Amino acid sequence: MKVVVCVKQIPDPADPGALDPETRTLKRDVKLILDESDSYGVEMALQLVDAAGGGEVTLVSMAPNGERSGLSTALAMGAESATLVSDPALVGSDALTTAKILAAAIAGQGADLVIAGSESSDGYTGTVPEQIAAVLDMPSVTAAKAIEVDGSTVKVQRQTDAGYDEVECPMPALVSVTAGVVEPRYPSFKGIMAAKSKPFEEKSIADLGMSADQVGWAGANQEITDVTDAPTREAGDVFEDDGEAHLKIVAFLENLKVI
Amino acid sequence: MTEASSPFYTDEHQAFREVVRQFTEKEITPNVHQWDLDGELPLELYRKAAALELFGDGIEAEYGGHGQRDAILRMAMMEELSMAGSGGVIASLLANYIGLSPVSKFGSHEIKSRVITPCMAGEAISALAITEPSGGSDVANLRTTAKRDGDHFVINGEKTFITSGMRAHFITVAARTGGPGPAGLSLIVVDGDNPGLSRTKLDKMGWLSSDTATLYFSDCRVPVENLLGEEGAGFSMIVNNFNPERIDMAAQSLAFSRVCFNEALAYARERETFKKRLVEHQVIRHKLVEMDRKINAGKAWCELLAWRLNQGDDPVAEIAELKVAATTTFEFCAREAAQILGGASYLRGDTVERLYREVRVQAIGGGSEEIMRDLASRQLGF
Ligand SMILES: Cc1cc2nc3c(=O)[nH]c(=O)nc-3n(C[C@H](O)[C@H](O)[C@H](O)COP(=O)(O)OP(=O)(O)OC[C@H]3O[C@@H](n4cnc5c(N)ncnc54)[C@H](O)[C@@H]3O)c2cc1C
Repeated sequence: MKVVVCVKQIPDPADPGALDPETRTLKRDVKLILDESDSYGVEMALQLVDAAGGGEVTLVSMAPNGERSGLSTALAMGAESATLVSDPALVGSDALTTAKILAAAIAGQGADLVIAGSESSDGYTGTVPEQIAAVLDMPSVTAAKAIEVDGSTVKVQRQTDAGYDEVECPMPALVSVTAGVVEPRYPSFKGIMAAKSKPFEEKSIADLGMSADQVGWAGANQEITDVTDAPTREAGDVFEDDGEAHLKIVAFLENLKVI
Repeated sequence: MTEASSPFYTDEHQAFREVVRQFTEKEITPNVHQWDLDGELPLELYRKAAALELFGDGIEAEYGGHGQRDAILRMAMMEELSMAGSGGVIASLLANYIGLSPVSKFGSHEIKSRVITPCMAGEAISALAITEPSGGSDVANLRTTAKRDGDHFVINGEKTFITSGMRAHFITVAARTGGPGPAGLSLIVVDGDNPGLSRTKLDKMGWLSSDTATLYFSDCRVPVENLLGEEGAGFSMIVNNFNPERIDMAAQSLAFSRVCFNEALAYARERETFKKRLVEHQVIRHKLVEMDRKINAGKAWCELLAWRLNQGDDPVAEIAELKVAATTTFEFCAREAAQILGGASYLRGDTVERLYREVRVQAIGGGSEEIMRDLASRQLGF
């Protein structure tokens, strides 16, 4: 079984840097790391290949400046190989362009399953996985909390507000994975050492048969017109316990319609 | 200059450091106080650490180790684990290193696969038993005996202060198989379930999460196959074990100093006295700079000596001196951090309070400061 995992390399959320005032996008000239929300997809893929008794997990990523440190982490976790698409022309690419690029990188790989995180921790558009599926003309299942492969069918537990739905779909398919549903393994020492010599292919947009006017700012169909700071957290309500605080808390929660 | 641009670290060193940092932040730091209260580490921690291959430096790949020895990697690992601010966790978790290193270097294939493999998988724990109630510094004059009886050694004597001694499945024991002095010593592996072995727990000032024991050997029969290397070669094996242990303890002590510094700086930036933040008082700033410069000097020396070990050098005297520099720095930083934190440093559960109680064992265990100075002076021909 061959599983392709889409992974994004993002600025370290612990040291997230700043927005570029010109383009209103995140500056990405710092060291990038594996997006934690993609580490769940990598872990799920490794577990699926284990469960299948063999196969291969490969990675695809699009990142500026030939960045590979996040991919190295995923290779050290156990993925077999990686394809990185990096090209100066890609700066400013919107979600759909990103999806087209990743789809082109996935296309000839013969994937049985493509796994992606539901949304990245920096951009949060949450649209790229389904767009990839559409470009590749594959069925897609979103918000997976568990994945099982049965012959040529993938069975997915799809997280909902109330619980989960059980969904089946023929493969090849794309499944996007909810953050936090598996415990991503730590790369081991030997995994780190082995990652150095694993197959790693870097591609330009020309290698994918695309041109500069189709991607980056030139090809973007979306524009960021304004950026505002997130509202600062306000102080919470404090209920002093005078013996009746529980009633106030219940009323408060009822008001929020959470109970 | 950042670590990334230091000549000592490769990308792989940095990647492993990052993994150990994440592991420490997630699996260790939030739990150290509870483990102190428990008096031991959960066995699950050994399995989790094994998955990262934290125990494998210097151990052959065949038995689950790294298949290489890398003092820089090991130092980076020690530093990151130390950032949890608990020497007890490191002492107990990594007792495998002091216990298994002689097995790996001198044991037969049979004993290595029986002893090292389960320890590397985090399924078993090992310990090293050198120190005796009659003394630890004077290793050459140990009193525990191992007398040959057919296919067995029969061990009689006591060992004390043994880290992981209560729980170890395998104990590498120094015993006298021959006459007096260093030439009469051998190293023998004793299985934890040997009926001739009994143990009692010791209550300590610090390293609370690390179980420490006195071991009693009473006609303890051990197959001769458990002898490591040649009979009578024990002393040099013990000495051989000391260099890595001492550089480990130096790296830990310097990292603990850094934890004290970080805690003190954060507090000094927040706390106000006399209408100023503490850090605005010159007296406090100077304390912080004194801490920082001692730590930086120690770390630079530690990196250099680790690098020299990797080059095949054996700087015994300098490692002994480094250990003294590191533990006196730690003593200084624990004291100064406690002064900066004031009463807050005196409360159980506070990181500086824990580290303050752990200073002494770093300065005594693995060769006391006095013994280190003596060793260095003799090595340097003074
Ligand atoms: C928490 C803890 C864990 C430990 N874990 C282990 C373990 O796992 N395995 C193990 O084998 N040991 C262990 N030790 C023992 C440790 O290595 C010894 O405590 C240390 O070697 C000193 O031996 P001692 O305590 O018997 O002191 P002694 O040898 O009795 O010496 C007492 C003090 O006198 C001074 N001194 C001794 N000789 C001289 C001299 N010639 N010149 C000047 N001063 C001198 C030193 O300052 C020394 O600290 C541990 C100790 C502690 C506290």
